Amino acid sequence: MKRVTMNMLLAGLTAACLTSLSAPASAQSTLDAVKKRGKLICGVSQPTPGFAVPDSKGVMTGFDVDICRAVASAVFGSPDKVDFVPTNINTRFQVLQSGEIDILSRQTTMTFSRDNSLGLDFGPPVFYDGQGLMVHKKLNISNAKDLDGAAICLLPGTTTLQNLADFFRANNKKFESVVFENPDENRNAFFSGRCDATTSDRSDLASVRAVANNPADYVVLPETISKEPLAPVVRQGDSNWRDIVSWSVYTLIAAEEKGITKNNVDQQLSSQDPEIQRMLGVTGDFGKMIGLDNRWAYNIIKGIGNYSDVFERNLGEKTALGLTRGPNQQWSKGGLLYAPPFR
Amino acid sequence: MQLVKTDLAPRVSPPQQVGLWRKLSAPYFGTPGNAIITVTCLALIVLVLQKAFTWLVVDAVFTGDPATCKASGGACWPFFTSKVRFMVFGFYPYDEQWRPLAALLLFFAGCGISMGPAFWGRKLLAFWGLTLAALFCLMLGGVFGLSYVPTSKWGGLPLSFMLSFIGLAGAFPLGIVLALARASKLPVIRALAIAFIELVRGVPLISILFMASVMLPLFMPEGLTIDKLLRAQIAIILFAAAYVAEIVRGGLQAIPRGQFEASAAMGLHYWQMMRLIVLPQAIKTMIPPLVTLFIGFFQDTTLVVIVGLLDFLDTIRSAMRDPQWQGIAVLEGYIFAASVYLLFSTIMGVYSRFLERHFRMGHD
Repeated sequence: MKRVTMNMLLAGLTAACLTSLSAPASAQSTLDAVKKRGKLICGVSQPTPGFAVPDSKGVMTGFDVDICRAVASAVFGSPDKVDFVPTNINTRFQVLQSGEIDILSRQTTMTFSRDNSLGLDFGPPVFYDGQGLMVHKKLNISNAKDLDGAAICLLPGTTTLQNLADFFRANNKKFESVVFENPDENRNAFFSGRCDATTSDRSDLASVRAVANNPADYVVLPETISKEPLAPVVRQGDSNWRDIVSWSVYTLIAAEEKGITKNNVDQQLSSQDPEIQRMLGVTGDFGKMIGLDNRWAYNIIKGIGNYSDVFERNLGEKTALGLTRGPNQQWSKGGLLYAPPFR
Repeated sequence: MQLVKTDLAPRVSPPQQVGLWRKLSAPYFGTPGNAIITVTCLALIVLVLQKAFTWLVVDAVFTGDPATCKASGGACWPFFTSKVRFMVFGFYPYDEQWRPLAALLLFFAGCGISMGPAFWGRKLLAFWGLTLAALFCLMLGGVFGLSYVPTSKWGGLPLSFMLSFIGLAGAFPLGIVLALARASKLPVIRALAIAFIELVRGVPLISILFMASVMLPLFMPEGLTIDKLLRAQIAIILFAAAYVAEIVRGGLQAIPRGQFEASAAMGLHYWQMMRLIVLPQAIKTMIPPLVTLFIGFFQDTTLVVIVGLLDFLDTIRSAMRDPQWQGIAVLEGYIFAASVYLLFSTIMGVYSRFLERHFRMGHD
């Protein structure tokens, strides 16, 4: 038994050395690997309402999930050819680096250091979030600067506490942080009055507020204390794959801008707009340029709809989260969504 | 002179046969202190049962949607009925969930049979070999017309049982070998065993799982991947083996020196001595710590969430995150998890006491 263990150890070490020597030479493109496997593998959040959560039949739904489905549609023509891997907030980047997943679509904020020190590349932001603060209405507080000395409940996110500390230090105020590992505990602690305020991304605050017995008892303060552009992540050094992910996202945004929806995409095939024709593969060879079928964008819209469809289905005002579009609105309507032209 | 005493002291009649009431009342109401404790406990039990009944039945919502549940203070059964299949089977394809159900039932039947001492023997090993093969065919599919379900879709209760039972079943022989190696007179073997045991015991399970699932693929040649579930399973086996080894070593030390010397005097060689004389006695003394370890591992499998596998507790947590139900059915989910864990841990505990009586290993 001992010898077996030793041999395994030796074999492992040898393999490790060989890999480090040969890895750059034999690097296979992500697209080829995905096609060969027959499905995409996508890292998503551990269940989070609105972004990645299984329904009663175990089918994954959510905003981040739909981004993966868009890429699966682009590659395979079907939004279902994708497996989802729930990833832990602390290990999400390693899982991507090790090649276990093809895309990380997990409410991940694009930052300078993440982009440049982890061997990863970010796609375009799919959701513009920002950290906010929510307080009990009975405290009669109307802006965050009045929160001097407040107890603030929060989850051990990567940057939540840091942003909060930066904000309070910049305003020369003090606060006491109360950290909870579990969102249920965090929520209950805030509702029961253990904390004066709770802080998280605004999308998350909306979902916490929606759970309250009487949502009107809580107010989200106007300040947004951080910028959180959430974007899909891929491994660095495979620009074709990154292009596929980026342009799948742009397709969702452009489709909304051009008024192409899941329901009318077939009529739009006969549209006279040259950009729509190029996008849907009626004219030109745009699919071939990124190594996909010419109908790739058509397949995305046919499979999951446009940005507005995805947003309203998972996060919009008709869902339990009840988010408004806010900054996640087309540039032409004063938002931040801006797809480069399909030309 | 009469040396023999004839006027014997009158015999005292045996104490009167005490009635059931006396029997019960003496320990519970014998002294004022006992009486107070008994009454307080009874009151508490009644209070808890009453609250539980009110919550589970009287105030409960049996049909309706999240809104009705939110409005009521009782248990939310609609949450349970709509989510129970996901909570038990996780991401296993909805239409194929009869397969993990059948696998679970088959597994329980196998465990039930194995519990009876009458069935112990070589045949039981063969039986388990067949059963495990059947369980894997059932879960994985790809044969006999069953559709293929990759291990990444396994989850829930079957996963909890698989990781913990196979983990311990695999760890047990490995642990015995490690324990014998640690007690060996050959220095290299002893050093290796000590190094393995101390290394594995010195790091938490979570870091071994992390190594197995995230670091290992970085060292593997490109294109070569080992199934993630298999990696987690092997990590759990290796981890549990170190703990089993120490329990076995403790058991071996409890065997008197004389037993070893006697078997040597009988002319038995090392393996005969271990197999026929020492281990059968040692294993009896290991039952309580082994069962404790087992129950612990049954619950620790929840840590596989770190590597993206969802065991029973994790599927329940996921079900509670459904935006429709979020914050409405928190208590229901955790109580369901607690009842299932309590049920199986109790079965294991009761069975371990049965085994102890069976082997008569207490001081009687």
